[in-house]
Amino acid sequence: MTQDPTSREGRTGAGGGEAAGGQAELSIRPTFQHDQHLSKEKVFELKDINVFYGENLAVQDISLDIYKQQVTAMIGPSGCGKSTLLRCLNRMNDLIPSAKVTGQALYHGEDLYGPKVDPVQVRKLIGMVFQKPNPFPKSIYDNVAFGPRVLGMDGDMDEIVEKALRRSALWDEVKDRLETNAFGMSGGQQQRLCIARCIAVEPDTILMDEPCSALDPISTGKIEDLMMDMKRDFSIVIVTHNMQQAARVSDRTAFLMVELDATEQSRWGRLVEYDETQKIFTNPASSRTEDYVSGKVG
Amino acid sequence: MEASSIPPTERGRLAVAGARATTAAMLGDQPRKDVLRNNLFAGLLLLAVLIALAGLIALIAQATVKGWSAFSFDLFTNPPSTLDVSNAGFRPALIGSGMLIVGVILFVVPIGVGAAIYLEEYADRTKWWNRLIELNLQNLAAVPSIIYGILGLGFIVRGPLDLGFILAAGAITLALLVLPIVIIAGREAIRAVPSSIREGSLALGATQWQTVRQQVLPAAIPGITTGVILAVSRALGETAPLLLVGATVFVTFNPEPFSPDGYSALPVQIFQYATRSQEEFKALAAAGIIVMLGVLIVMNSFAIWLRNRYEQRW
Repeated sequence: MTQDPTSREGRTGAGGGEAAGGQAELSIRPTFQHDQHLSKEKVFELKDINVFYGENLAVQDISLDIYKQQVTAMIGPSGCGKSTLLRCLNRMNDLIPSAKVTGQALYHGEDLYGPKVDPVQVRKLIGMVFQKPNPFPKSIYDNVAFGPRVLGMDGDMDEIVEKALRRSALWDEVKDRLETNAFGMSGGQQQRLCIARCIAVEPDTILMDEPCSALDPISTGKIEDLMMDMKRDFSIVIVTHNMQQAARVSDRTAFLMVELDATEQSRWGRLVEYDETQKIFTNPASSRTEDYVSGKVG
Repeated sequence: MEASSIPPTERGRLAVAGARATTAAMLGDQPRKDVLRNNLFAGLLLLAVLIALAGLIALIAQATVKGWSAFSFDLFTNPPSTLDVSNAGFRPALIGSGMLIVGVILFVVPIGVGAAIYLEEYADRTKWWNRLIELNLQNLAAVPSIIYGILGLGFIVRGPLDLGFILAAGAITLALLVLPIVIIAGREAIRAVPSSIREGSLALGATQWQTVRQQVLPAAIPGITTGVILAVSRALGETAPLLLVGATVFVTFNPEPFSPDGYSALPVQIFQYATRSQEEFKALAAAGIIVMLGVLIVMNSFAIWLRNRYEQRW
């Protein structure tokens, strides 16, 4: 708890082993991930991000940095714009014709909204897992193979599929029924299939939009374990309603809150506080954060 | 108070009786009126269904009674004749209808599905021209078929395309007639694919075309096919536009798609037999109706089966 960031610097490479250990010893997993190696390399640098839907402001002046191989959580009440902000990071907001993003979003130093940037290329590097499991109406195999196929990835497709399913802890459950329709799986399995599908194209960052909100606690636990394992290879940004989940899985937490104008006609989201998860939950700087994480408001 | 003079047990009994009466009133008396009303409306609705069915049943019954004597497999193989009525058949008309259907499908599937994909997946609905297209499409589906016949005559048989009175011109005219049906059905089928599938595909780095081609279209194909079959069965039954674009000749030979010698179609042939005064021809027309109804019922049943079999439940 009292470690300063510099002491973690020297532990590069140890993170993987610790994450694997954490997965094996489920019950004694530490509440906070503060004792793990925290990278200082920035993946995203957001400066004064505003998102509008038509004339309506959805999120206002968000500035925050997201670090490599960390799990960054975004928490806050409904309507605070955390999903909207997440969808800025892989330009999924482009799909909504009326959406407009202002400000600067740097990804490894490159402006995501630069004139020469192709959103399709952005989404190859920055994958996304959605709130409701959305497998394609195809076989389990074809669900995983779809991404590598359309991206024209080299290598043996069977191997790519097996690797992705193993890394999403799904292989043993589905290896005998790869050709059956993905709709026959349970909700939790479907969501892990969506994670496998995302891993298969080997992105750099994975965005998760409330990935467990439609799942039971056991499935949720499996996906949280998976996230701890996945952050060895990927940077993860997760939006969640569940504060305990943010506390369990994330290294850093951003707390967003809804702002109302004087007439209460329009509402938008603002970043209240962004810090290491442990600090947000134990010693937040803002009283609004404290009220929210302690359950006084929400 | 009066109530205080009643012994406690008596009061209790009264209260229970009162409560019971209230409950009984709520459960029993009131609904009796409702039940009556319910049955009345259910009966009226059933009557509406029966009236609708009665028309169809009367048609089938009449065609069967009148046409049964003339119905034989020779109908399918023999050409029409005005002299030898007992051996007259529908062969050129059946072949003509078959060719028309093939032509309609060749024309209507790529254009109709393409238009449906554009309108659902690519068109920006905030732009006025796209809204105008949508509005016109709805109106187009309601335009009487004879108008398409005039259009076919003016633009396809004569005018810019100048194809002459050939079967292909008839097929294009019928295709234009049913194109709005295919586009509307195709749009419904594409819209039924949830946006989460598109998002899932796009989030993997697939392009919009890859998403449409490999995710949206395969999921929409059963619905699109159903729409195409229903559109084709409508085209099969159309007579009025064909009369204007050349299917009027009394043909005794097998039609060719691009031959100017003329062609016929099943409903046109039925119409020609039915307008003759001799009873034998009327029987022949009725037999033709049996054939056509049979084909239509088979096609529509296949469409329904297809929809139920492959309909994706999301």
